[in-house]
Amino acid sequence: MPPPPERNRMPEQDPTVRRRNFTEVALGYTEELARAEAARCLACKKPQCVEGCPVEVDIPGFINRVKEGDYAGAIALLKDKNNLPAICGRVCPQETQCENKCVLGRRFEPVAVGRLERFCADWEREQGIQAPALPPRRAQRVAVVGSGPAGLTCAGDLAKMGYPVTIFEAFHETGGVLRYGIPEFRLPKAVLETEVQYVRSLGVEIRVNAVIGRLYTVEQLLKTGYQAVFIGSGAGAPSFMDIPGENLNGVYSANEFLTRINLMKAYLFPEYDTPVTVGRRVAVVGGGNVAMDAARSALRLGAEQVYLVYRRSEQEMPARLEEVHHAQEEGVDFRLLVNPTRVLGDERGWVQGLECVRMELGEPDDSGRRRPLPMPGSEFTLELDTVVIAIGNRANPLVPSTTRGLDTNRYGNIVADLATGQTSLPGVFAGGDIVTGAATVIEAMGAGKRAARAIDTYLQQHAGCGA
Amino acid sequence: MAYQIVRAEWLGPKLKLLEVAAPEVAQAAAPGQFIMLRLHERGERIPLTIADFDPGRGTVTIIFLVVGKTTEELATLERGGAILDFVGPLGNHLELEAPGTVVVIGGGVGVPAVYPKAKALKAAGNYLISIIGARSEELLVLEEQMRAISDEFYVTTDDGSQGRRGFVSDELAELLASGRQIDQVIAVGPIPMMAAVAKVTAPAGVRTLVSLNPIMVDGTGMCGGCRVRVAGKNRYACVDGPIFDAHQVDFGELMSRQGRFVPQEQDSLDRHHACRLGGSANAAPA
Repeated sequence: MPPPPERNRMPEQDPTVRRRNFTEVALGYTEELARAEAARCLACKKPQCVEGCPVEVDIPGFINRVKEGDYAGAIALLKDKNNLPAICGRVCPQETQCENKCVLGRRFEPVAVGRLERFCADWEREQGIQAPALPPRRAQRVAVVGSGPAGLTCAGDLAKMGYPVTIFEAFHETGGVLRYGIPEFRLPKAVLETEVQYVRSLGVEIRVNAVIGRLYTVEQLLKTGYQAVFIGSGAGAPSFMDIPGENLNGVYSANEFLTRINLMKAYLFPEYDTPVTVGRRVAVVGGGNVAMDAARSALRLGAEQVYLVYRRSEQEMPARLEEVHHAQEEGVDFRLLVNPTRVLGDERGWVQGLECVRMELGEPDDSGRRRPLPMPGSEFTLELDTVVIAIGNRANPLVPSTTRGLDTNRYGNIVADLATGQTSLPGVFAGGDIVTGAATVIEAMGAGKRAARAIDTYLQQHAGCGA
Repeated sequence: MAYQIVRAEWLGPKLKLLEVAAPEVAQAAAPGQFIMLRLHERGERIPLTIADFDPGRGTVTIIFLVVGKTTEELATLERGGAILDFVGPLGNHLELEAPGTVVVIGGGVGVPAVYPKAKALKAAGNYLISIIGARSEELLVLEEQMRAISDEFYVTTDDGSQGRRGFVSDELAELLASGRQIDQVIAVGPIPMMAAVAKVTAPAGVRTLVSLNPIMVDGTGMCGGCRVRVAGKNRYACVDGPIFDAHQVDFGELMSRQGRFVPQEQDSLDRHHACRLGGSANAAPA
């Protein structure tokens, strides 16, 4: 009997309710739904899905165990390759990775791999996570810069090989972009906390409030007991549009807006001390996941009207389809083919509006997407209290600018071999957004995993350098 | 791990000094840098200039004016108390040029911020002229410390209760008018004071540096909240600064941006006071 053509829907909070709260939107599969979805898997002899997974999870293997009701077996198989399954199950763009390759997906909807991964991880969290058995400790130590997805993955994998690893995190909390960037309603902090705790249980030491490049340089780490360093410091520097009025009060970078909300819990002001303001009307500029997160957060902070201003059409939006859909359901007002030209302010320096121009699509540009061109005479104004600029991030300059001999490209990204993470300095590896520019959580994790392997090879070649 | 207070001292009516045990930060610190701190789980992150650091004792000293809820709470800490998060050193340190004659200017709470820079400049062989000022005598701080390291020393107060009556920029203008050879001016203090200093030195073409302390969230180049227009371009005070060429800084915009959260800051402070009053009402009478 052929499998049902449609995947099992995942229960969600009603859009009219969730648009005003910060609790998780997607509620996860029940056991019944999970087993029904797992039963749709064709268990291909040559599984294409695995090729679409940057961290090489045995997808048919874990799905088969779900089908049989062996959830402990399923999560064990997942964690063999992926240290952060509850996170990946929530924020991975599966539709462009494993699910995109699913054979079933050629004729029907692909198997909902991400939802099944999430189910397994959530099941395990409810049971209470057991610390795994660890191999004997090795002598050579590794320092990891940044506790985001790349750093956590690299550190976890190295710890599983027996290396003592210390992660240096600049913030007072772990997780990097998983903490400051992704909102509670998409990735609850309790879920993040559990996965970070798992990485700790592998023997990884995490030091917060430690800014590498300032407190210690990479060179100092290599001189003070670490035989290798992995840099996963992320794409932390926000880009602005360079239009007039961008420094008016009420204009935020998405990083600032989301960091205030997510890391500093400004949505709980005044119980928490960090404020954030939205006013009545907000425009978020950009079309990626970060823009969706900012727009949906603005709604939840009580804004009456939230516009999403994007210069291309919905088809070119880099955001996940699911995020776009969720934002629309919640009432974000999409103003597509519109580009801001100036932020308008009052005499006291506060935002009053956004002057925009309508765009049309011309010939494809370097990115392969049709280039948006302004339509003369189509200028109009949106009345606003707040503008959030979510047009991307550049590399954080702190580590590159303080590490002699570390090659960077013209965008400030660290130059590293994509297969190994090897940089221009011996013993120094890098991966994630600091190398590629802003990309996805799972791509950063893939880079962390490949670097862990390369660091192992490097350290074996340099055995005897240890303590 | 929290950071212990090893010394706490009131320097003026609203000005407090805390010496904090932070051995690694003290080891790495250099004049001109700052730290960010968070008092407790619900606290905000605020930047404060490093007023002094002692790698031997493993301590970093901060001096701050009580202006809002966080600084009010911070000021309640005494020896033995602790700060939850203390991150640094952040920002670029002061680059030392070939020695010459340097005027160091501190206004109000800017005096502690300029003190480590003055010490470093003196140690590097500069002829050090210091001008410190405040609204009135009781708000003057680190007078003896500054006097001790200076070759020439001037004090101004707005009300004339000590030293010259007027502003630090008046004293500077007089020095410049007297024809003295001045190679560099470094000024730290309230934004209007720094703007006034820049205005005085611009016609004479004297290289002038200021250290800025705008609103920040992370202090590591990530939020862009501390952006300041310098020579027409946005720079981030946390990673590109905090020290900038005073003649290039858009002080007007900086001043306006400091008001971004005034209603929220006031609300936070009012609630804090209401809460404290409630607390004392329940306490046993002294």
